[in-house]
Amino acid sequence: MSTAPLRLVTIQDHGVRIPSPSTLPAIESEAQLHGLLASLSGVDAVGVEARAAKLATRSIKKSTKLAAINLAISMVDLTTLEGADTPGRVASLCTKAMHPDPRDSSVPSVAAVCVYPDLVAHARKVLGTSSVAVASVATAFPSGRASLNVKLLDVREALSAGADEIDMVIDRGAFLSGRIGQVFEEIVAVKESCGNAHLKVILETGELVTYDNVRRASWIAMLAGADFIKTSTGKVAVSATTPVALVMLEAVRDFAETTGRVVGVKVAGGIRSTKDAIRYLVLVNETVGAAWLSPTLFRFGASSLLNDLLMQRLKQQRGAYVRADEFSGD
Amino acid sequence: MSERLDVRKTYKLLINGAFPRSESGRSYEVTSFAGEFLANVAQGSRKDLRDAVVAARAAQAKWWGATAYNRGQVVYRLAEMAESRRDELAEHVELCEGVKTREAQAIVSRSIDRIVWYAGWTDKIAQVFGGSNPVAGPFFNFSVPVPSGVVAVIADQDSSLQGFVDTVLAPICVGNTVVAIPSERRPTPAVLLGEMTATSDFPGGVLNIVTGLSDELAPTLAAHEDVDGIDLGGLTPATASELAAVASGSIKRVLRDRPDPAASLRRLRAFVETSTVWHTIGQ
Repeated sequence: MSTAPLRLVTIQDHGVRIPSPSTLPAIESEAQLHGLLASLSGVDAVGVEARAAKLATRSIKKSTKLAAINLAISMVDLTTLEGADTPGRVASLCTKAMHPDPRDSSVPSVAAVCVYPDLVAHARKVLGTSSVAVASVATAFPSGRASLNVKLLDVREALSAGADEIDMVIDRGAFLSGRIGQVFEEIVAVKESCGNAHLKVILETGELVTYDNVRRASWIAMLAGADFIKTSTGKVAVSATTPVALVMLEAVRDFAETTGRVVGVKVAGGIRSTKDAIRYLVLVNETVGAAWLSPTLFRFGASSLLNDLLMQRLKQQRGAYVRADEFSGD
Repeated sequence: MSERLDVRKTYKLLINGAFPRSESGRSYEVTSFAGEFLANVAQGSRKDLRDAVVAARAAQAKWWGATAYNRGQVVYRLAEMAESRRDELAEHVELCEGVKTREAQAIVSRSIDRIVWYAGWTDKIAQVFGGSNPVAGPFFNFSVPVPSGVVAVIADQDSSLQGFVDTVLAPICVGNTVVAIPSERRPTPAVLLGEMTATSDFPGGVLNIVTGLSDELAPTLAAHEDVDGIDLGGLTPATASELAAVASGSIKRVLRDRPDPAASLRRLRAFVETSTVWHTIGQ
């Protein structure tokens, strides 16, 4: 995709060379999209898994660990997506998002809270003018099985209630049966409805079966205008894994290098421990570079992760393991 | 036919009902009383303890939530398992403690009898340590013994089996879950007993055993804020005092007695809290 000398430079400084001005290809037909995806090389599954496993062994200790924990806290999309959610539960979640550890003001607030559309207004009210954004899942989350009109209405309602970010799901049924034009157009339509709001596109990688599909779906979403690509809904058996995140980060890197457009990545589902979170940060640093180590370009969708981050943070400070009930449940 | 290869045993940790090696990959050599090589035993680390405490915390509600009768059955089952492997236990006690064969057999018998004794205690704790209190008002007032929670045990250094049984089963039979560090130089009888819990319906995490160097491991448990009580009886008085001070940082219950069958009630009571309930008398 790029010339050999250029790759050498990018490998040395762990950075992505982003051409400017951006040259996003205009997609005019499904055939063109098929052609573009066909030009992507296949994923070396064994290689990806080995690299992800190798990077997971990186040891992050002491002050570096503390810095990583603080960074990870600032990247959390504190999430509650349960049928049993109530305005009260969302309110306590928002309070926690603004002040994860009320005793220690040096703990950064999280990036966003993530709720269902009907609870966006409640979240907005509690968060007020704080730096914490309101993200809302939309487009018939989590299955994505509704007509485009219903999906767009879902998005508009979330936005009018005050959402800053929209997490949409792709139509996996359409993707897996080869109707990628439909997948693409839906994302374009949702992106149009979003206006200035940030759009995160959930690929639901646990249902895409292969790494090749993950790479293709990533490209479709990025070509269609996604601001973020996100691994999972957290509602299926297989959620975020490090190899899948690696494939998506590579897609983001290649996309930035060829088109000049910078896209973020959100990993979600099943990330519960600080150790896991730090593994993802290492993966980001080694794949797309330190520019992505920011809440504007990398997020964790999680709920219980935050408490573990806070516990490990306190452990670093006190030198002893702390109780789980030092921090409020969700 | 060629000569049969030795099947050598690895003495591993017991964490959450599984038998992992130490996360650190370390092991240390244990010798018999006579100084001959006995076994390579896993040398647990800070992180193994952390995992063990997480397992113990997760298991505690379920263990205490089981009926006292059921807890008694589970502990009695351990005695059954120990009885059927008593020769193996006796062999290790003999090697570790340097006692005569007959004395080792007697230690194993006493240890198994102690297990049965603790099994009997599970459903009698409430009557003996609890009761109704006379109050001046229209109330029933009860005091009920409840477990402290997660108890760390630095087991006796000399009495490799009987001491271990006493220090570990006393907190378990009143409803605590335990993270135990067996005798540093004589850990194998405790490891064998741990293996027996796996076949006696002990829920995973109720008894966790982390073998290793007590100087390295005990301070971590003493400082660990998610441990509710600690038995420092297996340490020297000086070290125990030092760690009791550390344990006070997180308001732990601390026991410093060496196991003594004559003072068993004291040991049973060491990791018990008293919950008092006021209940109005209906008219």
